[in-house]
Amino acid sequence: MSAPASMAAAAAASGADGDALVEVRHVTLRFGGVTSLSDVSFSQRRGEILAVIGPNGAGKTSLFNCLTGVYTPQVGEVLFRPASGTALSVVGTKPYKVNRAGIARTFQTSRLFNALTTFENIKIGVESRFSVGPLGSMLHLPHTRRAERESDAKVVELLEFVGLTERANTIASSLPYGDRRRLEIARALGTRPELLLLDEPAAGTNPAEKASLVELIRKVNTVYGVSVLLIEHDMGLVMSLAERLIVLNFGQIIAAGTPREVQQNPAVIEAYLGAPESDEDGR
Amino acid sequence: MTTISGEAVNHPERMASRSPAPGEGRYRALVRLSRNDDVRRFVISVVGGLVLALITGPEGNGVQMLSGINGALLHPHVFICLAVTVGVWVLITVRHHFARQVEHVSGRVMALPKAVLPDRRVRAGLWLALFAFAIIYPPTLNSFWQNVLVEQIGIYVLLAIGLNVVVGYAGLLDLGYIAFFAIGAYSDAYWTGMLPVHPPLHLNPFWVFPLAILTAMLAGVLLGGPTLRLRGDYLAIVTLGFGEIIQIVANNLQGVTGGAQGVINIPHFSVHVAGIKYHWGLSNLPYYYLILGFIVLALLAYFSLEHSKVGRAWTAIREDEVAAEAAGINTLKYKVMAFAIGASTSGVAGVIVASQIGFVEPGDFTVQLSILILVLVIFGGMGSLAGAVVGAAVLQWLPQFLRVHPLFGYNQLDLYIYFGAILILMMIFRPEGLIPSRRRRREIVLAEHGVGSADAMESGHSGGGLAAVANPEADL
Ligand SMILES: Nc1ncnc2c1ncn2[C@@H]1O[C@H](COP(=O)(O)OP(=O)(O)O)[C@@H](O)[C@H]1O
Ligand SMILES: [Mg+2]
Repeated sequence: MSAPASMAAAAAASGADGDALVEVRHVTLRFGGVTSLSDVSFSQRRGEILAVIGPNGAGKTSLFNCLTGVYTPQVGEVLFRPASGTALSVVGTKPYKVNRAGIARTFQTSRLFNALTTFENIKIGVESRFSVGPLGSMLHLPHTRRAERESDAKVVELLEFVGLTERANTIASSLPYGDRRRLEIARALGTRPELLLLDEPAAGTNPAEKASLVELIRKVNTVYGVSVLLIEHDMGLVMSLAERLIVLNFGQIIAAGTPREVQQNPAVIEAYLGAPESDEDGR
Repeated sequence: MTTISGEAVNHPERMASRSPAPGEGRYRALVRLSRNDDVRRFVISVVGGLVLALITGPEGNGVQMLSGINGALLHPHVFICLAVTVGVWVLITVRHHFARQVEHVSGRVMALPKAVLPDRRVRAGLWLALFAFAIIYPPTLNSFWQNVLVEQIGIYVLLAIGLNVVVGYAGLLDLGYIAFFAIGAYSDAYWTGMLPVHPPLHLNPFWVFPLAILTAMLAGVLLGGPTLRLRGDYLAIVTLGFGEIIQIVANNLQGVTGGAQGVINIPHFSVHVAGIKYHWGLSNLPYYYLILGFIVLALLAYFSLEHSKVGRAWTAIREDEVAAEAAGINTLKYKVMAFAIGASTSGVAGVIVASQIGFVEPGDFTVQLSILILVLVIFGGMGSLAGAVVGAAVLQWLPQFLRVHPLFGYNQLDLYIYFGAILILMMIFRPEGLIPSRRRRREIVLAEHGVGSADAMESGHSGGGLAAVANPEADL
C-alpha cells in the first residue's frame, strides 16, 4: 500500500525492456477442450494506451481475466512492473492482490454494486487503499475518522472527474448506461491503479456518450498518468485513442502494430475487418 | 406478488392456444375448471388443510405423525386446519385479483411510516424510547414473564443480532451458529472449574466473557478460513456439519465435557468489589439487565460497522463477489471477519445462559436452534439491526403469549409448524422482513427485476464462480 520511492528506481532499472509495464509471455489458457488463448505474448509500455481487438469469442475477455488473476493460465507468465513497487507475477495471484499491486479493471457487462449509491460504489474502490479495521470502526478511533474524511474527499474528486457529481446519491441500478460505464471507471480509478483494463467500455452507448467516454479515457491517461489496455469493437474509437493495437483471433495474436499497419494487414482484413462485423449489429 | 402472479390466469391467449381437451362435454367442463388457477389453488388448500389436520392430529400430536387418522374426521381440529388453509387461499386469491387495488391501499399504509421514519432524529428517538421501555418495564412484570424475557427473548435477541452480521451483512448462510453458543457455554463451565478437566485458575464468570469471546472467535476463524472459500449451498452444508460435530463431541468426549449428562453447578455471576459481596441468584432481573447491556453494546458496535468500510465491503461481497475482488477487497478476510464477529456474539450468549441456568448439556445445542435463530433474522429483516431486535422479540414472545393465554393454548411440539407457516406467509407478502434495511430492500426489488440476486440462499449469489463457467459469454 505504501509507496517507497526507492522501489521506483529499482523498477526503472529492471532489465533491457525496463519501460514495459506489463509483459505477457507465452500465455495459454484452456477450458477442457476449448483453447481460449494460445501462446499469447506481448508487452505494454508505461503510459501507453493499447487496444485489443478481435471478433467475439477471440479470447479478449479471457486475456483480461488472466491479467487480473481471475483465470490462471496453464502455460506462460504475466509480469507486472509497477513504478511503485516490486514486480508482480500475476499468474496464481488473487484478484484483490493484483488490484492492490496496481491493475484495475471494468467488466464487459458492468458489474456495479446495484443497491448502493454512486458515491458508495466509488467509495468502496477508494477505501480499499486505506487500512481501516473493524475495531477502529466500532470505536470511532481518530485514525479511522481521518481515513473516512480522506477517502470522502477522494470520492468527491473522482465524481467530479468522471462528471457524476450530480448523481452522487443516485442508486447505481437506476443510472443510464453511459453513466454506469463512467461509474465503473471511477470505481476502478479509486483503487489508484497504474494500469486500467477496460472491457468494451463503449458497448451499448449512444454516439454522444461514446464521444465523452473517449474524452474521459484520454483524460484518465493524461491527467492521472494511468496506462490503459482497452478492448473495443468500435474501430473509430480505437483509432482515435490507441497508439498500438493487438489483434486476437481464435486465441492467437495475428497482428500487432499501429492502427494503420493493422488495418492493412491481410490476415486482419480476412479475420476481422473484412468480414461483416456480426457482433456490432447486435449492439 | 411473487411467484403466484406469474401463472396462466393473466394469459388468456395461452389457454386458447392449447389443444382441445380430450373426451366428452362434461369432461371438458371439468378440465376447464381444473385449469382455472383459483380452483386449482382452492383444491390444493383444502387438501393441504386435511394433511395439516392429519399431521397435527386432534391432540396436536407431533410425535405419532398419523394419529389424526384415528380421530374422527369431524373433529373440530380438522375445521381449524381447513379454516387456516382456505383462509390463506382467500388471501392469495384476493391479492391476485385485486392486486392493483391492494397495492394502492397497502402503498398508502406503507407510505405512512416511510414519511415519518426517514428522519434520523425520529429513528434515534424511537431507539431511545425502546431502550427506556426496556429499562423501566421489566421490573413491573411477574416472575414468569421476567423469566421469558431473559431466557426466551433477551438471549435470542442477542443471538439474532450476532447472526444478522453473518447472514444479513455478509450474506453468508450459517446453519451452525449455535455451535459457537455451545463453545461459549462450555468455556464458562471450563473456566469456572466445573468440567472434568480443570483450568489453570478458577475464574468468576464475568472474567470468562473475554476468554469466551476469544475462543468463539478463534473457532470462527478456524472454521471460516478454509470453508468460506465455498459459496452459498456448500457453506450452509459445512456449517451444518460443524454444528453437529460440536454437539457430538460434547456428547461423546465424556472425560472433557462431562458427556450426555451435561455439566451442573456452574456458578452464577458474583460481584466482589470493595467489601461488597453480591451473588446473583435465581432472580431474573440482574441477568436481564446484563443481557440488555450486551445488546446495547452489540447494537452500537454493529451499527458503526455497518456504516464503515467493513460494512460497505460486506455489502459489496454480498452483491457481487467478483466485482468486490476487482475493487481490491480481500473477500475471504471480510467473510471470516463477519463469521468471527457473529461467533463471538453467540459465545457471549452462551456464557450468560450457562451462568444463569447453572447447567449445560449437549442436547441444548441442536440444529433446530440454529435454524430458529435464522428464522428470527429473516423474519425481522436481514441486514437490519432494528429488524433483528424486533423480529426476535416478537417471534419469541408470541408462542409464550399463545401458550399461557386461555383463549389459545397449543402444544409446544407444534411450534415449528406455526413458525413454518408464518415464514411462508412472510416470504409471500413481505419477503424483505418486518423492518428491512434500506440496502436489502433495494436488493430484493432489483432481484425481482432480474438484476442480481437478493440473498445468500441462492447458490450463484455472487454472480461469479459456477455461474461464470456456465455462461462465459454473459459475464466477466
Ligand atoms: N469460464 C469459462 N469456461 C469455459 N469457457 C470459457 C470460459 N471463459 C471463456 N471461455 C471460452 O473462451 C473463449 C473466449 O471467450 P472470451 O474471452 O469471452 O472472448 P471475447 O471476450 O473475445 O469475446 C470462448 O470460446 C469462451 O467460450
Ligand atoms: Mg469479451
